[in-house]
Amino acid sequence: MDDLYRELIIDRYKNPHHRGELDPHDYSYEDDNPLCGDHLRIDLRVDENDVVTEAAFSGQGCSISQASADLLVESIIGKSLDEVKQIGKEDVLELLGIELGPVRLKCALLSLKVLKGGVYELPLGEADDELVS
Amino acid sequence: MANIPKLAKLDSAQLRRDFEVLNREVRPGVPLTYLDSAATSQRPRQVIEAVDAFYRQHNANIHRGIHTLAEEATALYEAARQKVAAFIGAADPREIVFTRNTTESINLVAQSWGRANLQAGDVILLTEMEHHSNLVPWQMLAEEKGLRLEFAPITNDGLLDLDGYHKLLELGPKLVAFSQMSNVLGTINPAEQMVKSAQKAGAVVLIDGAQSVPHLPVDISALGADFLAFSGHKMLGPTGVGVLYGKLDLLEAMPPFLGGGDMIKRVHLRTFEANAVPQKFEAGTPAIAQAIGLGAAVDYLSAIGMETVAAHEHALIAQALERLEEVPGVWVFGPSAEHKGGVASFTFEGVHAHDVAQILDRSGVAVRAGHHCAMPLHEKYGVPATTRASFYLYNTEADIDPLIEGLYQVKELFG
Repeated sequence: MDDLYRELIIDRYKNPHHRGELDPHDYSYEDDNPLCGDHLRIDLRVDENDVVTEAAFSGQGCSISQASADLLVESIIGKSLDEVKQIGKEDVLELLGIELGPVRLKCALLSLKVLKGGVYELPLGEADDELVS
Repeated sequence: MANIPKLAKLDSAQLRRDFEVLNREVRPGVPLTYLDSAATSQRPRQVIEAVDAFYRQHNANIHRGIHTLAEEATALYEAARQKVAAFIGAADPREIVFTRNTTESINLVAQSWGRANLQAGDVILLTEMEHHSNLVPWQMLAEEKGLRLEFAPITNDGLLDLDGYHKLLELGPKLVAFSQMSNVLGTINPAEQMVKSAQKAGAVVLIDGAQSVPHLPVDISALGADFLAFSGHKMLGPTGVGVLYGKLDLLEAMPPFLGGGDMIKRVHLRTFEANAVPQKFEAGTPAIAQAIGLGAAVDYLSAIGMETVAAHEHALIAQALERLEEVPGVWVFGPSAEHKGGVASFTFEGVHAHDVAQILDRSGVAVRAGHHCAMPLHEKYGVPATTRASFYLYNTEADIDPLIEGLYQVKELFG
């Protein structure tokens, strides 16, 4: 894991491109990782064809959770909701470009969990790990 | 306490040779600096050899067999029980029940003593600094029986607020349970005084000794607590074995915990008679090899002397605290060195605990990041997670350097 902190993650953690809240928004969801206090919220705007036009994240936590959120929301702009629903664990890891142990994997996948919780319109607190398997 | 040899300074260099894992590299060219003994301690070869020797030479099931191996196994297992009793100053080895770990020991008391002796409306007094294992079993019991849980507060310095504790004793709790040493703050509580006050108020007292028994001299006859729970794997022993000490008359009056073989005297189709203590609480084949390993761990610690161990750790934590506090952005929780054992939990301004731990791992420094099974404590301090460095007898001053250097690297990367 020597390159875990390669510049991309530190850079996006310190200088995120898509941090913020969208108001109004079409989808919004939030969740946290109680084990360590990582918290994320993701807001989306979609057009009449259900294509994502805007996306933003807010929250706090470790560099992996926040950088992952920044990279993930960036990657879905221009995608349809159906395509978003197809995003899996591997895609998130590819965005980050690193290998992760089980604990940090949870940090990385929190953003995907929140994203899917939103697009599947789940009640708060009901997004579970199956969404990101 | 039975046999503390004369105080001698710990020969760490010699000691470290007994712990093979301390010599390994975490990645090529990066030696391990193990600062996570509060999570689990390392095992000296003497403990590993004791377990190994049992399996190689004496392995059999205990208590019932007549053949030679069975007698040897039984003798070794019961000798381990006696060693543990002597180690904590218990007068009678029957007061030592082997369990799986501290958590199971506390659950045993909750399910067995608690269910039989507590009624709706009864108060259990705990503290705000407890590990989940000394919280959740009582929460479960409280839910089941309609009990009231109260919590002795801690000060901003991480010391127990003794005035607050005594005030809550006025509620007349039936049970008081507290940790002798905090696994997050390192705070060493004035256990003897707390036990006296609690028993004067009519309470039965359980001490969570998971951190104290491995790191401090503990004499249960002086402490006077009714129950003491601790784990083998935090005191150089194997995983899978723990201890519940209980006063003989209490254990004898308690109903069984788990039912099955060995804990019975007689079984008919529809009824059974429980065995005498401590077998009453040791259902099924126990962790025989592991208990014997724990006996070897007790031998190892006794040879050094717990006063020596405690003094060594105290010197280390005092130095570690001084150096940690010099790193800009580091905030250490808990009291000053004279009130604590070898545990330092801290935050790093602007950097999440996970990131701190990850960077430290790059230089081979093993620390823990998270809530350390003490979420309410972290909530009280308003932090989601802390990074925790913990020391034990095999750590030296030299182990503090890579910790501090690593923290400066964190600052460089994230600052």
